[in-house]
Amino acid sequence: MFTASSSSVLTSETCHWSYSGGQKPRGTRAHTWLFGKQMEVKGNVRPPRRRVRCESTASVPQFTNSPTMIVMVGLPARGKTYISKKLTRYLNWIGVTTKVFNVGQYRRDATRSYNSFEFFRPDNEEAMKIRKACALAALQDVCDYFTRLQGQVAVFDATNTTRERREVILNFAKENGYKVFFVESVCEDPEIIAENIKQVKLSSPDYVDCDKDEAVADFLKRIDCYKLTYVPLDDDKDRKLSYIKIFNVGSRYLVNRVQDHIQSRIVYYLMNIHVTPRSIYLCRHGESELNLVGRIGGDSGLSKRGAKFANGLGSYMRGQCITDLKVWTSHMKRTIQTAEALGVQYEQWKALNEIDAGVCEDMTYEEIQENYPEEFALRDQDKYRYRYPKGESYEDLVQRLEPVIMELERQENILVICHQAVMRCLLAYFLDKSADELPYLKCPLHTVLKLTPVAYGCKVESVFLNIEAVNTHRDRPEVGQHFEQSCLKKNNKYKRVTRPHYSVLPISTNQFEAVIPNHSLCVSFISASISVLCLTKQGQVTR
Amino acid sequence: MKHRSPSEQHHGKKSRVSAAENSSTPPADGMEDQTASNPRELTQNPLKKIWMPYKNGLPEKHIAQRKVCMTNCPTLIVTVGLPARGKTYISKKLTRYLNWIDVPTREFNVGQYRREFVKIYKSFEFFSPDNEEGLEIRRQCASAALNDVRQYLTEDGGQVAVFDATNTTRERRETIIQFAEQNGFKVFFVESVCEDPDVIQENIVQVKLGSPDYTNCDTEDAVEDFMKRIKCYENSYETLDEVLDRDLSFIKIMDVGQRYLVNRVMDHIQSRIVYYLMNIHITPRSIYLCRHGESELNVKGRIGGDSGLTPRGKVFAEKLGHFIQTQGINDLKVWTSQMKRTIQTAEGLGVPYEQWKVLNEIDAGECEEMMYEEIQENYPLEFALRDQDKYRYRYPKGESYEDLVQRLEPVIMELERQENVLVICHQAVMRCLLAYFLDKTAEELPYLKCPLHTVLKLTPIAYGCKVESICLNVEAVDTHREKPENVNIHRTTRDALQTVPPHY
Repeated sequence: MFTASSSSVLTSETCHWSYSGGQKPRGTRAHTWLFGKQMEVKGNVRPPRRRVRCESTASVPQFTNSPTMIVMVGLPARGKTYISKKLTRYLNWIGVTTKVFNVGQYRRDATRSYNSFEFFRPDNEEAMKIRKACALAALQDVCDYFTRLQGQVAVFDATNTTRERREVILNFAKENGYKVFFVESVCEDPEIIAENIKQVKLSSPDYVDCDKDEAVADFLKRIDCYKLTYVPLDDDKDRKLSYIKIFNVGSRYLVNRVQDHIQSRIVYYLMNIHVTPRSIYLCRHGESELNLVGRIGGDSGLSKRGAKFANGLGSYMRGQCITDLKVWTSHMKRTIQTAEALGVQYEQWKALNEIDAGVCEDMTYEEIQENYPEEFALRDQDKYRYRYPKGESYEDLVQRLEPVIMELERQENILVICHQAVMRCLLAYFLDKSADELPYLKCPLHTVLKLTPVAYGCKVESVFLNIEAVNTHRDRPEVGQHFEQSCLKKNNKYKRVTRPHYSVLPISTNQFEAVIPNHSLCVSFISASISVLCLTKQGQVTR
Repeated sequence: MKHRSPSEQHHGKKSRVSAAENSSTPPADGMEDQTASNPRELTQNPLKKIWMPYKNGLPEKHIAQRKVCMTNCPTLIVTVGLPARGKTYISKKLTRYLNWIDVPTREFNVGQYRREFVKIYKSFEFFSPDNEEGLEIRRQCASAALNDVRQYLTEDGGQVAVFDATNTTRERRETIIQFAEQNGFKVFFVESVCEDPDVIQENIVQVKLGSPDYTNCDTEDAVEDFMKRIKCYENSYETLDEVLDRDLSFIKIMDVGQRYLVNRVMDHIQSRIVYYLMNIHITPRSIYLCRHGESELNVKGRIGGDSGLTPRGKVFAEKLGHFIQTQGINDLKVWTSQMKRTIQTAEGLGVPYEQWKVLNEIDAGECEEMMYEEIQENYPLEFALRDQDKYRYRYPKGESYEDLVQRLEPVIMELERQENVLVICHQAVMRCLLAYFLDKTAEELPYLKCPLHTVLKLTPIAYGCKVESICLNVEAVDTHREKPENVNIHRTTRDALQTVPPHY
């Protein structure tokens, strides 16, 4: 799990606490049957969305529902942080609240300036004290995360190379009733290690204002310090522990005592990711007949401009010169028509179909407002969790798209021709967007997003193919915005307080109209704009 | 068509190269004819409601795959391990799973070939490494089985063949690898290693004593003979090795799933197989399947919808609670769909439960909340198409049974992981789940009988599943509609409604 592509878009391991991805508050949802207090709203697809502990009506302890600590094990530059961040992003996306605790960051905060590898020598007693204190501080924060912030999974990202240190963690977990799952990365390929050092370590705050060669030399010595005391997880001695051991970036795996649903999914995920350089191209179908008239959903064909886009997409993809490109579409006419114009093989996924708007299918926003004003307001209050009557929510969509993400992780170069809501969900996974931001991500028609994994993140290039199309993006209206922000400000709380103005929420016609995309006029783009967006660690997009 | 830009030519060339590299990709006929400037017309297939390219009113050779490409070439799964290590259990179970998720799979049990060849089994001495005659027969059986594998994967449309034999020597595995290479099959080894004498003993008692080799044979003698048979293999057994076999794709299952070693997973199907094998277990347990109590729409003879329970439905919910109590299970999990009628039913139990959206009833699209009579009246063609191929038929803007199976896959995976579970679901959903456990075909599946107010208790035994059907003695309407004799699209209304169950 080391990043192996070359790019200057690097980010340091600085922001584990400012992480804001995918935190999905538990709460009620429209169109879910509720029966008083006994009932709990569960995840849509896979069950063990953990019970809110205080609400549990279980007569026996729900062991599968106890918080899980994922504990990394391995020498420096073995991709532990890469795995931690990626796994955290995945878990948050599927609705399991997860956070990384990077002990290196605690150390940097405690010591301020880094001098040299000497700090990591096993006989440096003073440093050892600091390091131990940092690990304990991180564990304390894990505890806080589980108890106060209702986290479900904590990823403890440190070397944890000694049995003694792992014992401390195990005892801590046992005292608090957490499950522990170890993830060890073993790699002896010097090239991969060198690449990893180049990719992510040189940009670390430890090596600012430092000569590159010197930094590499220092880092290699740092690795040597750990080698003196490194005790890998042992088939025999650690047979009682739950763990996965990843050898040489995924050529082999040893999996021991998987205890529950979440561990099983983590193992499956880790076995499907790879670090071969590749690009993922996301786009929507060409403009459809229903897009033109401002109607949502349906299964219409392409407009003339939509057909033009399909051809343009063919030229663009040919220009990318990829020999082994896979093309995926949904089962809907507009994506298939778009793919047909490419003249290459493609695969159809029903899971890629647009969000099912239920009774609102084929309607204009104006009609929804007229016929279902309350529904429309509810949707604006919590667009992610709102489920259309007899239809789906974005939350449902994420669950439906999980197998697509898993297969995207397995594959190499891919073009996914999908739909607005679907593309938002996929994009949120790659860019680590929260449930709150997800339904408002901008995915305009006739624009291809090229995603290329770099270091710990993803480089995004937005390529407009210069064919006009209607704008289908409806921004968050102001009333909703107030509400969302007031929720967000509460320290990224996962549990939402009761909704202040839930039942009656009249939206004035003015506000309503203000955010309806203008579909009678076409929005003109001035020129082909190819902008390179860089994703920073915080998930902010900067130009 | 003749005028092509350089980039298009370049592109055309490339796709041919990649097709050639990929032995199994069908030659993309017609690709030459399609230029980007002239896309083909799409027409919706009336049965499955999928968009297909048409030309001059005739379907074009469809180049699209309707689902993710599982594997580019057929796969040969090869089991490895001493006798009584659960190889046949794994083979059968995996075959059942793969067929259910729509990957045509068949198992080839070499022991079965041997039994047909030799007819009468005398003793373990047949398996002794110095029994030349025995060795020769066994070699012939293996090669006969491989011949059948070739036939199945190249001519009969199979995608996965499970070659169930001990394959304990590297030499034997080498032969199989060569066979696969010659035929363009991928190979994935599944080794089961187990040293726990209790597990082995249990396995012998469970499945080996019932084997035709030991009919009319004293139990103790049979066990003793079988232990000696295992000994015959032990000396020459070479386990899959991390170093020597590092180039092979395999999973090694140790001590019935305590630990797994996974090496070089090559593609989607292998990854799914690994995930499945890592989730199954053999702890004794029971799975209880039932539908919600009778609903308001059930009594009116209307399908789908999201109505509540009738008074009789509520009585069933109560009785279900009593029944579950008498089963005396203290760690029972209860799952429902997100529909009112299953949740109301679960509420009657007074225990915690979990809701799955994927357990929701089949989406009948435009036919939701209709009576069969109304469907016939409004959509006679749809109604006939459904009767022609109920498994693959997709309701307009709704789902097919085929869609439902895909949607239920995560439920099956989690059911495999769990122990005692009660699933309160719906008619079509229950049929799909039942088909998985009872290994029913796509043709049988949509007609499986899952009446209201009846619990099915499934208990895994040996290679199969014991089914107990428990009627809780609460009356309910019949919702089962048999396949009518006449499925022609021009049939009369009377013919179409021939099998509709009575309702108010």
